[in-house]
Amino acid sequence: MDNLKQKLKEQIIERLNLKNLKPDLIGDDQPLFIEGIGLDSIDALELIVLLQQEYNIKLSNAEDGPRVFYSVSTMADFIRAQSGAVKIPS
Amino acid sequence: MQTPAYIIAEVLISGNRVYRNGQMIFESPSSANAVAFLEEVYARFNIDYPKFYKMDSLCKLGFLAAELLLGEIKDQLSETETGIVLSNAHASLDVDLKYARTIRTGASPALFVYTLPNIVIGEISIRHHLKGENAFFVFKHFDGNFTSRYVNGLLENGLIRNCICGWVDFLKESYRAELYFVSPEPSGTNLPFTAENIDKLNQKDNG
Amino acid sequence: MNPGPYIAGMGIVTSLGFGVESNLQSLISGEAGIGKMQFLQSAYRDELPVGEVKSDNEQLSQLGDLPTGWPRTALLSALAAREALDQAGWDKKNGLRTGFISANTVGGMDRTENFFRPYIKNQDRGRLADVVYHECGAITELVAAQLGIRHFVSTVSTACSSSANSIFTGARMIRSGQLDFALVGGADALTLFTLNGFNTLMILDKELCQPFDENRRGLNLGEGAAYLLLCSEKGMDALNARALGRLSGYANANDAFHQTASSPEGTGSFLAMKGALEKAGMEAADIDYINLHGTGTPNNDIAEGTAIRLLFQPSFPKMSSTKSFTGHTLGASGAVEAVYSVLALQHGLVFPNLRWQTAMKELPFKPVTALLKDQKMRHVMSNSFGFGGNCSSLIFSAA
Repeated sequence: MDNLKQKLKEQIIERLNLKNLKPDLIGDDQPLFIEGIGLDSIDALELIVLLQQEYNIKLSNAEDGPRVFYSVSTMADFIRAQSGAVKIPS
Repeated sequence: MQTPAYIIAEVLISGNRVYRNGQMIFESPSSANAVAFLEEVYARFNIDYPKFYKMDSLCKLGFLAAELLLGEIKDQLSETETGIVLSNAHASLDVDLKYARTIRTGASPALFVYTLPNIVIGEISIRHHLKGENAFFVFKHFDGNFTSRYVNGLLENGLIRNCICGWVDFLKESYRAELYFVSPEPSGTNLPFTAENIDKLNQKDNG
Repeated sequence: MNPGPYIAGMGIVTSLGFGVESNLQSLISGEAGIGKMQFLQSAYRDELPVGEVKSDNEQLSQLGDLPTGWPRTALLSALAAREALDQAGWDKKNGLRTGFISANTVGGMDRTENFFRPYIKNQDRGRLADVVYHECGAITELVAAQLGIRHFVSTVSTACSSSANSIFTGARMIRSGQLDFALVGGADALTLFTLNGFNTLMILDKELCQPFDENRRGLNLGEGAAYLLLCSEKGMDALNARALGRLSGYANANDAFHQTASSPEGTGSFLAMKGALEKAGMEAADIDYINLHGTGTPNNDIAEGTAIRLLFQPSFPKMSSTKSFTGHTLGASGAVEAVYSVLALQHGLVFPNLRWQTAMKELPFKPVTALLKDQKMRHVMSNSFGFGGNCSSLIFSAA
């Protein structure tokens, strides 16, 4: 199991207050917004803050949001692709 | 001379109890804390609205009070002619404190959007598709005289057909929601919406 | 047509200056008050332009002969409120019923932020005196006591439409015979709380804002305070003053779409503007100028613009956003823009929408971009749309 993806799922549930959702109920490639988990625009902003705080990545263009946050897989790919000081959770 | 409208229904949520039209319909004295109590109310009445969990405590309280107030009388709601007039003492202070703590490490947008007292009106409006006039006042205590005059005035002028009004306040473990559904057409409890009747209904609880 | 209560006095403090006269001069000269942060101590000071009132709290206290230690919102409020009363010649001894209905969203937040800094490191630190006036209502009460208004005091807090709502609440109380005078409006000071919050919603512009421009990027925050003294016929007689105008229409509606974003069709805005026209007994064609809510965010401007298109087509009044001068003064904005609307009426002016370059492709109209003088102004509409879907529209008419 990909540690980064697992950690992301836990962080998403915690930060977005997604009660009754266990990490293994979120598919790696499941859409996070609209269909799928059903997150909204404010959740997207929270994910931007998550990237900043936990992974030291600044997403300054909100329009990149839909692409980066499409699923846990795309988020993990994005985090890995970023160069510089990135905290990879153990 | 103003002709008062009628109280069709009223809800009180206070002291881990829920009353509708004077009857206690739920209590949970052993809830761990205020938010846990509100979540129990949500579960108990089978309300299906997942966005509830994202709301701050003030909105959870107001949302639930409106939900239970409107229960069987949702057919009386009008998209453009149902008004909402609410008030409280602490504005959005409960979530303001939570949000303020996040500023240093990374301001939370999900908390910031709730740092205004009238967002509770927004949540009720979104849930019930209400686009009528709405107002939020801050008073030290619920002013039955002001609220009844203000709402009766709106009804008399025909700007709105009926109104959700009252008091929704939440700060840490201290909360109270007192909502009235008011209409010029008598039904339900049929009590005239006056400061005296509001006080009488208040005295029924010790919350 | 519905004449509505008289406006007997106005007071204002913004980044454009202290008092009605200096604000008017800046509006005429096209000089914006938005610029680099000078007083607020923020990590974003080099990044985010703001419309600050150009004085620190101590200077504000001295200017108004007010207690030091008052929160900034209360200082701004008292200065503007005093000007409105003085301009009208109101005296607390006149024996008539006066109400003070004031709006704000930040309360005493600036002082609370001072408390929070040491407190968060050590819970035994921090001066409690810094937080006693934190609440929205406390600000109103401080100022009411200072002015000697006791008969009716209340606070409205509905985000960016707050002071527009306090204005027409006062008008209603006059019309229903509950008050002879209503001092109405609002105030909000810039704070780290709001700056960080708006920043995290990603709706701030790192440059000077461009409302109603195709390439707009967001809003600039501002601060300020403004009040109108509304009165009944009886009140006007007691003052022996000249009316500056009348509040002839007003309405409020909820957008019922999202906590902080507007519906794309601008439903709430449409309902509020339409309702204000109905209240005033007017047609869309009667409006000579719209002072837009026009924050400069991609979302607001298209929502408001769409609502205007639907309501006013095929012919559109002149319009501009004075937030291009002051920034978005939040709880004060309804009242600040009410004052500017009355000035437009009084002096036959339409103020420019500064820094506008490109028309929004979805809209068949554009704002006024240079000052217009000698305009025939009978009725001016002022829009204020707030978070929580709270949408208000006011109509002012010549006296």
